[in-house]
Amino acid sequence: MSLKVVDLGVARGGVPVLEGVNFAADPGEAVVLTGPNGVGKTTLLRTLAGLQPPYAGKIILPDAEAIAYAGHADGIKAVLSVRENLSFWARVYGHGDIQPALEGFGLIDLAERPAGNLSAGQKRRLGLARLAVTGRPIWVLDEPTVSLDKQSVAMFGAAVRRHLDGGGTAVIASHIDMGLPVRVIDMTPFRARASVSRQYDEAFL
Amino acid sequence: MIALFLRDIRLAVRAGGGFGLGLAFFLIVIVLVPFAVGPETALLARIAPGILWVGALLACLLSLDRIFALDREDGSLDLIATSPLPLEGVCAMKALSHWVTTGLPLVIAAPVLGLLMSLPSEGYLWLVVSLALGTPALSVIGTFGAALTVGIKRGGLLLSLLVLPLYVPTLIFGAEVARAGATGLAVETQLVLLAAVTCVTMALLPFASAAVLRMNLR
Amino acid sequence: MGSIWEYANPKKFIATVDRVLPFVAGLAVLSLVVGLIWGFFFTPEDYRQGSTVKIIYLHVPSALMAINAWMMMLVASLVWLIRRHHVSALAARAAAPVGAVMTVIALLTGAIWGQPMWGTWWAWDPRLTSFLILFLFYLGYIALWAAIENDDTAADLTSVLCIVGSVFAVLSRYAVNFWNQGLHQGASLSLDKEENVADVFYHPLLVCIAGFILLFIALVLLRTRTEIRARRTRALLARERMT
Repeated sequence: MSLKVVDLGVARGGVPVLEGVNFAADPGEAVVLTGPNGVGKTTLLRTLAGLQPPYAGKIILPDAEAIAYAGHADGIKAVLSVRENLSFWARVYGHGDIQPALEGFGLIDLAERPAGNLSAGQKRRLGLARLAVTGRPIWVLDEPTVSLDKQSVAMFGAAVRRHLDGGGTAVIASHIDMGLPVRVIDMTPFRARASVSRQYDEAFL
Repeated sequence: MIALFLRDIRLAVRAGGGFGLGLAFFLIVIVLVPFAVGPETALLARIAPGILWVGALLACLLSLDRIFALDREDGSLDLIATSPLPLEGVCAMKALSHWVTTGLPLVIAAPVLGLLMSLPSEGYLWLVVSLALGTPALSVIGTFGAALTVGIKRGGLLLSLLVLPLYVPTLIFGAEVARAGATGLAVETQLVLLAAVTCVTMALLPFASAAVLRMNLR
Repeated sequence: MGSIWEYANPKKFIATVDRVLPFVAGLAVLSLVVGLIWGFFFTPEDYRQGSTVKIIYLHVPSALMAINAWMMMLVASLVWLIRRHHVSALAARAAAPVGAVMTVIALLTGAIWGQPMWGTWWAWDPRLTSFLILFLFYLGYIALWAAIENDDTAADLTSVLCIVGSVFAVLSRYAVNFWNQGLHQGASLSLDKEENVADVFYHPLLVCIAGFILLFIALVLLRTRTEIRARRTRALLARERMT
């Protein structure tokens, strides 16, 4: 299950932010994207997740339903318990068993708590535990370690490692070392240059 | 898909407000009408079907912006859109859960409120039938409006502006059934037309809703 | 002369508009002046309606254009959704306020005409009601354009609204017909000679209709050009902030 990105260009709000991005992520490999804020990491990841079309280039996937996406927001319903939140996603993805995910992210003791009562870090862990129940091979993660303490980062790192060892792939936008063997790609060189085309109007992509 | 439906129902019940709010609003509108037009029974009986329909329509409108806005805020909408669920089905389920939490209670409460409005006894059956047939269309159309305005902050007012003109055919045929029923006239034609409008909206609008939702998530 | 899609290029479009706009605008003013003066001062008074009938020269063309403007928006929206030509989306956006104003003119002149004829400014007649509903559709469409920041998203969403709105507008038209048979006289123009207004009224009316069509085209061209320039300004500003 490898992911390949060819000459990808992405736009935010009608303005190109990144162009000519090329990389591939093979099974068992994690790619970490870095770069200053606003360079377009989130836009790139949303494009990978299929939430928006690329304006140039191609994303080559083994099959259309290969990617599990986790953005800045965790999609947690405050009035549902941790178990209910997780089993909803498990049912959406057609997998019944949420126990391994609860264990993997240290949520066993919190399972019956309403998700609204969790701390920010615990919520984040619940949001990431969702990835484990999707059963999808390619994880696309946007700043997954935000608001996690050191121990939780290690826990998350272990979960990613398990995923990679199982033949999975991950594309992560992050600046924090998760204790994983990763390939780091800096996004800064791919910043879109303001090029003016004589043929067409620059206001209209 | 059923998981999504169950989750939405559960959320509506637990979050409080969402479930009973439309119903309470319906009650208040109906209670206010006699204060405004006078307590004369004959007049109230005459306008009862129409007022009950307008009240139900407004009560439906009240909870529309919750359909997608909450999921958008906490990020679930992105996650649902990247999940294996087809977005068309998601929109249909959202409309269904909106109807179950808003439309269905209105249908059940309408006869009681009809009593307050001194609705003639022939009218009750057709009032309930017309609302039961018409409110699903209101939910489906409302879901389309909610999908259109999901990206807009404080889009509630705009949502009403967009959705209300779309409610015109349903309102006309629905109130026509209730009115004709209350005066003891034949209702078949109106009923068939109301059912037709509801069927067409239910069949087509989820696709439009899904399309605009995709555009909004970009 | 290449294909018509060449004009989908904003630069080419603007260049063409710069050239044609004076002629279209001039023709519009000319035919409006001729048509209205001819209609108001050089036609006999109707034997039943007296001089009030002369408001027909404003009422009928504006009512026609109110509907045609929506049709044009529908076509432009479809072109945008299918071929993704920005000019098309912006033309639809440009046409909406013009169409809304045409609807208002039709409603107002109708009210002014209705007062002496029917003894009331407003009646819930199917045609009047349909026009009121059409006006609400215009308002919603314009408001949606205004509310969305991203231009392409706004174009997409308003296009879908326009298509769905068209279906519901037609539905409403029939629903309203069902709901109340009205006072309004039959169409002033039809292919059936018997139904038609007399020739003396008919010819100036045609000139007025041509004038309104040209006026509409001129306004839409002008406004589309403005929209393109505004859009370009926004894009350049956004780009400047980025780098």
